[in-house]
Amino acid sequence: MFDRDKLEKIQAGEKAYKEKLEKLTQKRPERQPEFKTDSEISINTVYTPNDLADFNFEEKLGFPGSFPYTRGVQPNMYRGRLWTMRQYAGFGSAEETNKRFRYLLEQGQTGLSTAFDLPTQIGYDSDHQLSKGEVGKVGVAIDSLLDMETLLDQIPLDKVSTSMTINAPAAILLAMYIAVAEKQGVTPDQIRGTIQNDVIKEYMARGTYILPPEPSMRLITDIFAYCAENVPNWNTISISGYHIREAGATAVQEIAFTIADGLAYVKAAIDAGLDVDKFAPRLSFFFNAHLNFFEEIAKFRAARRIWAKLMKERFGAENPKSLMLRFHTQTAGVSLTAQQPDVNIMRTAYEALAAVLGGTQSLHTNSRDEALALPSEESVLIALRTQQVIGYEIGVTDTVDPLGGSYFIEKLTNEIEEKAMDYIKKIDDMGGAPEAIEFMQKEIHQSAYKYQKQVESGEKVVIGVNKFQMETPPPEGLLKVDPEVGKRQKAKLDKLRAERDNAKVEAVLGDIRKAAHSKDNLLPYFIEAVKAYATLGEICGVLREEFGEYQQQIVF
Amino acid sequence: MSEKLRVLVAKPGLDGHDRGAKVIAQALRDAGMEVIYTGLRQTPQQIVEAALQEDVQVVALSCLSGAHLDLFPEVVAGLKEQNASDILVLGGGIIPDDDIPELKKAGIAEVFGPGTTTTVIIDYIKENAKVG
Repeated sequence: MFDRDKLEKIQAGEKAYKEKLEKLTQKRPERQPEFKTDSEISINTVYTPNDLADFNFEEKLGFPGSFPYTRGVQPNMYRGRLWTMRQYAGFGSAEETNKRFRYLLEQGQTGLSTAFDLPTQIGYDSDHQLSKGEVGKVGVAIDSLLDMETLLDQIPLDKVSTSMTINAPAAILLAMYIAVAEKQGVTPDQIRGTIQNDVIKEYMARGTYILPPEPSMRLITDIFAYCAENVPNWNTISISGYHIREAGATAVQEIAFTIADGLAYVKAAIDAGLDVDKFAPRLSFFFNAHLNFFEEIAKFRAARRIWAKLMKERFGAENPKSLMLRFHTQTAGVSLTAQQPDVNIMRTAYEALAAVLGGTQSLHTNSRDEALALPSEESVLIALRTQQVIGYEIGVTDTVDPLGGSYFIEKLTNEIEEKAMDYIKKIDDMGGAPEAIEFMQKEIHQSAYKYQKQVESGEKVVIGVNKFQMETPPPEGLLKVDPEVGKRQKAKLDKLRAERDNAKVEAVLGDIRKAAHSKDNLLPYFIEAVKAYATLGEICGVLREEFGEYQQQIVF
Repeated sequence: MSEKLRVLVAKPGLDGHDRGAKVIAQALRDAGMEVIYTGLRQTPQQIVEAALQEDVQVVALSCLSGAHLDLFPEVVAGLKEQNASDILVLGGGIIPDDDIPELKKAGIAEVFGPGTTTTVIIDYIKENAKVG
C-alpha cells in the first residue's frame, strides 16, 4: 500500500518515537504492564503504515459490496437503508406476545424477533412433565398452530419479516408460519424471515438440542432444499456465534467456531446433493457485540472476509450472494450487570455502535434490566431508541466502513483473521465442527473461567461490580410472567385435543413416522401435520421415537 | 485430616445456560472440593437421587430461565423425604430479589445472584456445610 522510500522514512520516525516512548514510560509507567483485547491480542501504543507494510488493498479490502466483502455486503450500506431494528421479544402467552409485537411495530421497529419458551424450543408441549415451571418464561409458549395464529394475529406477513429463535424444531415452527401465512392469503414466496436452525451450537453452548447430529443435519438440509424451491426469501439458518460468546468464548473463538459450524452445514447440504449457489445465498449469521470496541468491529470485518474466501475456495461458490456473510447482531447479555442496572444502557449503546461500525444487517439492543428479569416495556423502548439515535442522529451511517484504512483496525482485522483460521484448521483436522464439539466446549469453558478470575482479581474492571460499587435499591417495575400461563396453556391443549379431528392427527403423525425413514423431504409432512393441529410435542415425540435423543457430553 | 467436601452442581429444568454452573464447579474444585456436575435438563427427582448416590454435603442449583420457584423447593422437599435434610442446598441464577424470601422459606440456604464472586460462594460453603 505504501512505497518503499516512504516506508523507510516512517520506520526511522517510528524508531525515534519508540525511544522517546521508552524514556517516558520508564519515568512514568503506563496504567498496566500490557494492553490486550478480549482475545488476548496485544495492543501497541500506536499503529502506523509499518504495521501494514504488505497490505494489499484489493485482496484485503476491496470495495463495499465486492469480494472479499470486508467493508460490507452492500455497495452503499446504511446510506441506502439502515439495518433492521429487531428486538427479540416473547413471554407468557401468544396473546401477550402479540400485544408486545404490535407495540414494537408502532414504535418504529422494522422487523419481529420471536423468543420461544424452553418447552417449545425443546419440543415438549406445555403439559409435559419436564415443562413444569418453564411455560411462558423465557419466551412465548407455542403448542400448536392455534397459538401461532394468535401470536401473528393482525400482523401482515407479506410486509413484516420475522426472525424466530428456534433450532431443533425449526422445521415445524416454519411449517406453522407458512400455514398461518396461507390463512392470511399470503403465499410462501411472499414471506420473509429467519429461523435460527443451528443445532451444532446447541450441542456446544446453548443446550436446546433434541435429536442426535445425523438426523438433525438431515432436518436442516431438508429445510435448505424446501426453501430454495418454495420459500425463496427465507433465511434458512442463522449460524450463531452469539451464544458461543455468551458461554464464554473470546471474539476470535466466536467467529472461528461459528464459521466452522457454517462450513459443516454447507458440506452437509452439498453431500445431500444440493447446489451450493442455490442454498448458500440464504445462509445468515448471528454474532455478539461485546464491550471491547475495536476488537468487535475488526471481528465483524474479519468474519466477512474469511467466509467469502472459504466459500469460494472450498466449495467453488460463484454467486456473490453465496459469498456474503450477512448477519444479525445482539449486544452482549453477559456484559450487563445486576448492580447499577441503568449503566447497562451505556454498555449496550457502545456495543450497538460497534455492530453498526462493523456493518450489521440487523440489530437487537439489550435492555438495562436483563440481568434481573425479562425486560419491561419501558426498558425495551430505551433500547430501541438507542438504535434510533445511532441510526438517525450521530452521522455514523453516512459513509461505508468509516474505520476502514485505520492502521489499528486493519492490523487487528488481519490478526483476528489469522487466529480464527488457526482454529478453523484445527477443527478441520478433527473432521469438522460436529466432531469437534467437545474441543470447542473446553475452549469456551477455559475462556469463561479465565474471565471470571480476571474479574475477581480486578484485572478486568466491571463498573458497579468490582469498581465504583454502591448500594442501590433494587429497580422497580420488573416484568413478571403471569404464573397462571402454564395452567392456561394446559387448558387450551385439553380443549384442542378434545375438539380436533384426532383420526386425522394420528394419520399425519403416522405419515411423518414413515417419512422419517425414507429419503423424502420432511417439510411437506410437517405442514400437513400442523394444519391438522397436531401439537409440537406430538410431532417432536414421533421424531424422538424414530431418531433417538442427543446425549450431552459433560465438559468442564 | 479433614475430609474433602463433596458438592453436586446441578441444572434443574430445561435451561441451557451452564456457563455459571461450570465456572462455579471448577472454582469449587480448584478450592479443593470434590465436584460432580449433573449436566443439563435434570428433574428435581434426578438431582435428589444424584445427591444421595454421590453422598454430597452440598447441592448447588443453577437456573436462569425463571423456573426456580417451581424447581428449587422440590429438590429440598425430595431430600427431606429421603432423610437428607442435612445437605446444604444453594441456589443461583437470574433470581429476582422478591423471590428470595420464598426460596429461603422453602429451605434454600442461600441465593447467589449475578456478580457474585466464586470466593464468596467458596467461603459460604466452607462455613456452612457439614463435612461427612
